[in-house]
Amino acid sequence: MVAQNVVFGVLALVMVVAGFRLVTTQNVVRAALFLAIVLAGVAGIFVLLLAEFVAWVQVLVYIGAIVVLLLFGVMLTRAPTGREGGLDNDQRGVGVLVAASVLAALAAVLVDAFGDDKIAFTRVQRTAEVSDSIFGTYVVPFEVASVLLLAALVGAVALARRD
Amino acid sequence: MYLNQFLLLAAVLFSLGVYGVLARKNGVLVLMSIELMLNAVNINLVAFGAFRDTVAGQVFALFVIAIAAAEVGVGLAIILLIFRNRASIDIDHLDSMKG
Repeated sequence: MVAQNVVFGVLALVMVVAGFRLVTTQNVVRAALFLAIVLAGVAGIFVLLLAEFVAWVQVLVYIGAIVVLLLFGVMLTRAPTGREGGLDNDQRGVGVLVAASVLAALAAVLVDAFGDDKIAFTRVQRTAEVSDSIFGTYVVPFEVASVLLLAALVGAVALARRD
Repeated sequence: MYLNQFLLLAAVLFSLGVYGVLARKNGVLVLMSIELMLNAVNINLVAFGAFRDTVAGQVFALFVIAIAAAEVGVGLAIILLIFRNRASIDIDHLDSMKG
């Protein structure tokens, strides 16, 4: 358990620092790269939680597709890519206040509810069980998600198309 | 490992995402902050799945990833349309419905 805790500590530190830089950096492309670091850290956390399949879906879908999509968005909207500043609005103070309140409330509730509960890891949840669950118990939500993805695809094309 | 170490990490990431959504005025950066919050939720789902020894957590995380992909696709299309109409994606300037 010591090795896992060391890995967790390193991952958590990298993710929090990258997440902080993501919301404070004044360069849009760097923000996308910091987002990729956070997403890779989340994949590492999934591996620590013995969820390998979700970890690889995270790498493929998020780092492979969504970050590239966001970079395309940066490119197509000609966002300021240099160190120009002016990416923040004038409600930073309120933002810090709200974010700190959210964090304090969540931390208080979590410490109160799950004080020192431990994850046992008595049994490895195999990918076969995940697929059995998706195509058994959750087959209707799975089909609904497919239709939603199709609708989103059609909607994105319809919105972005030049007539 | 404690359950809370995962939940607190997710809480920190979620709060950073909240700050990003509130304090950024570039539309793409707001979308990135929303992705940060969705990822924090995914950590929670998988951690609770491991804690309760059920695969439902992983299944829900997969659903959230699929919805996030759809959301980013439509969101970027909307931002592209805003840019095409107003030559700027500064969200602070989108106040034509303000009374």
